[in-house]
Amino acid sequence: MSAPDKNNADGADLGDVSQGVALVDESRLIQGRLGRGARFLGFFLTWESLLFILFLAVMVLNSFLSPVFLDPTNLLDASFNFTEKAIIAMPMIFVIICGDIDISVASIIALSSLFMGMAGQAGAATPTLVCIGLVVGLLAGFFNGLLITRLDIPAIAVTIGSMSLFRGIANAVLGDKAYTKYPSDFGFLGQGYAIGGVVPFQLLVLVAVAGAAALVLNRTVVGRYVYAIGNNKTAAKFTGVPVENVRLGIFAVTGLLSGLAAVFLTSRIGSTRPNIASGWELDIITTVVLGGVAIAGGKGNVAGVIIAIFLLGFMKFGMGVINVPGKVMNIVTGVLLVVAILLPRAVEAARKKALLNRIVP
Amino acid sequence: MKRLFKRKEMTVVISLMALCLLVSLRAPGFLAPKNIDSILNDTCALIIVALGQFMVILIGGIDLSVASTMAFTGMATALINQYNPGIPAWLLLPAGAAIGAVLGMATGSLVAYGGLPPIIASIATMSVYRGIVFVMNKGAWVTPHEMTADYLAIPSAPFLGVSSMIWITVAVIAAAAVFMRLTSSGREVYAFGGNKTAALFAGVSERKVEMVVFTISGLLAGLVGVLWVSRYGMAHSETAAGFELQTVAACVLGGVSMAGGSGTVLGVLIGALFFGAINNALTVVNFSPFYQMAIQGFVILFAIVSNTLIDRKNQMRLVARRKI
Repeated sequence: MSAPDKNNADGADLGDVSQGVALVDESRLIQGRLGRGARFLGFFLTWESLLFILFLAVMVLNSFLSPVFLDPTNLLDASFNFTEKAIIAMPMIFVIICGDIDISVASIIALSSLFMGMAGQAGAATPTLVCIGLVVGLLAGFFNGLLITRLDIPAIAVTIGSMSLFRGIANAVLGDKAYTKYPSDFGFLGQGYAIGGVVPFQLLVLVAVAGAAALVLNRTVVGRYVYAIGNNKTAAKFTGVPVENVRLGIFAVTGLLSGLAAVFLTSRIGSTRPNIASGWELDIITTVVLGGVAIAGGKGNVAGVIIAIFLLGFMKFGMGVINVPGKVMNIVTGVLLVVAILLPRAVEAARKKALLNRIVP
Repeated sequence: MKRLFKRKEMTVVISLMALCLLVSLRAPGFLAPKNIDSILNDTCALIIVALGQFMVILIGGIDLSVASTMAFTGMATALINQYNPGIPAWLLLPAGAAIGAVLGMATGSLVAYGGLPPIIASIATMSVYRGIVFVMNKGAWVTPHEMTADYLAIPSAPFLGVSSMIWITVAVIAAAAVFMRLTSSGREVYAFGGNKTAALFAGVSERKVEMVVFTISGLLAGLVGVLWVSRYGMAHSETAAGFELQTVAACVLGGVSMAGGSGTVLGVLIGALFFGAINNALTVVNFSPFYQMAIQGFVILFAIVSNTLIDRKNQMRLVARRKI
C-alpha cells in the first residue's frame, strides 16, 4: 500500500521540479530582457560601487570646501584617526557574518591597555608590552567565545556583560589616575612611519590584516564555514561544520586584534585612562554594516568594509578641517547609515516593479 | 508556592534579599526608610526606561536610542522652560513624553517600513538624536539657574509623603503590567517575539507591533528625560550617555531573553532594583565608586550564566519526564 503512494509522491515531486525549471527559464528570460543598459545599471547598484561613488563624492566635496584637504601627506596622516578601529572592523566582519555581534571590543582595548600600563610602570620593554597587550586581548576574546558557544547564550547578552566587566576592571584599578610611563621606543608603533617616512606604520599593519582577512574569508575552508554558519546555523551543523569551534575562534581572534588595536592606540596617545576608546564599539559596527555586511548574517565582504572605513574616515577628517563639531558629524554618520541601507533597497524595488510592468502586459 | 519558587525571577529576588541583608549587616542604615526612599528615587529612571526597552527586546530587537531620546527631551523641555518660563512646568512632562513618542516612532518606522534591523536603526537614530541635542543649544549647557524653580521641583514634589518621581514610576509599572497582560496589543508583542511566523499566520501585523514597541520605548524614555534633567538640574549633550546599555542590562538581569518572547514586567522591575541597590550599597559601605562598573558587569554575566543553566536543567527535567 505504501509503495504506490511513494511513487505518487515522487511523481508530484517531479512535477514540482519541472515547475522549478520553468521558473528558472523565466528568470533567464527576464535577465535576457534586461539588456545592456540595465546590466550596466546593475553593476553600479552593487554595494561596493555605490560606496565607492559616495567615497569619490566625499573626496571631491572636501577638496572644494578646503584647499588643504587633497594633500597626500595630510591624507596619510589622517589615517591615524581610524586605523585602530579599522583593524578591529576586520574580525568584526567575521563575527557579524556569523550572525553574532561583539560590543565588548572597546572594553577589551581598555583592559589590554591597563595591563600594558601596569607592565610599563614596572619598567617592561616594548616587545614585552606588545605581547602583554595581545595576550590579554586574546584571553578576553576567548572568555567571550567560551560563554557564547559553550553555554549557548546570545552574543549580545554576553558582550554587554563583559563590556561592563572589562572596562569596569580598568576603572577599578585606575580610578581617576592614568598610566603614562612607557619606554621611549614604544611610541614608534602608534606614531612611527615606514616606507620612506611617509606611510604610517599602523596603516601598513592594517593593510596586512585586511589582506589576511580577505584571504581567509574568500580562499579558505574556514571562510566558507563562516558564510555557511551565517546563512543557516543548523544546516551547517548537520553538514559537519564545527560551528561552535569556528565561532569560538572568531571571538578569540576579535579579542586578539582588539589587543593589537590597544597596542597602537596606547602607543599613539602615550597613556592609559579608563575611558580609553569609549564608544568605539558602535563606530566599528556602523562601519562594518555600512560596508555591506548584513547584520542578520550570511552576507558581506572585506572590500566593502575597507571602502566604508575610508569613506567615513575621510568624511570625518574633511568635516574636521572645516571645524564641524564631532556631535554634528555623528548626525551625518547616522543619516548616511540609514540612507546607505535604504537607497539600494528602494532602487531595487523600483527596478523590479518596472521589470514586472514590462513583462506582464 | 512551589511554582513561585521555580520562576526565573526568584533567583534575582533571592540574590537581592541576600545583598540587602549582607549590606545592612555592615551598614545598618542601608535598610532605613530614608535610604530605601533614596534607592527608589535613584532607580526610577532605570525602571521606566528599562520597561520600554523590555518591550523592544521581547520582539527580539533592541533600542539603543533611548539614552539619546532622554537627552533630547531633557534638553528640549529645559530650553522651553528657559525661554518661556510662563508655561506651567508640569505641562513639560507630557510634552517630553510626546516628543519621545515621536522620536520612538521615527526609529520604529525605520524598522517597520524601512526594513532595517532594530539594532542598526536605533544606532543610527542614537547618533542623530544626540547630534541634534548638541545643535539645539549650540553645544552649551542649560544650568540650574536658567531653569525655573517649578521645573526643578518636578521629580521631588511630594504627594502623600512620597515624591512624584516614585508615583510616576508606580503608574508606569501598573500601566505596563496591564498593557502586557490584559490588552491584545500586549499579547501580540509576546506572540510576535515567541514565534514570528506563527504570529503572522495568526493575523498579528508585524508593522503594528514594531511601531507600538518603539513608540512606547520612545515615550517612556522621553518622559524620563524630563525627570532626569529636572532632577540633576543640568541639560547637556552628554546627558545619560551609556544609559541605554544599563537598561538592556537591567532586562537581562531580570530574566528577559535577548532572543525575544520571554520575560515579565516584574522581572524587569526586580532587575532594575537590583542595580539600584548595588549602586547605593557601594556608597553606603564606603566602597570606591570606581568599582561600580566592574561589579555591574560581573552581576550581568553571573545572571545570564545562571539563568541559562537553570533553563537547561528545567528542560532536561522535562525531557526526562517525557514517555518514549
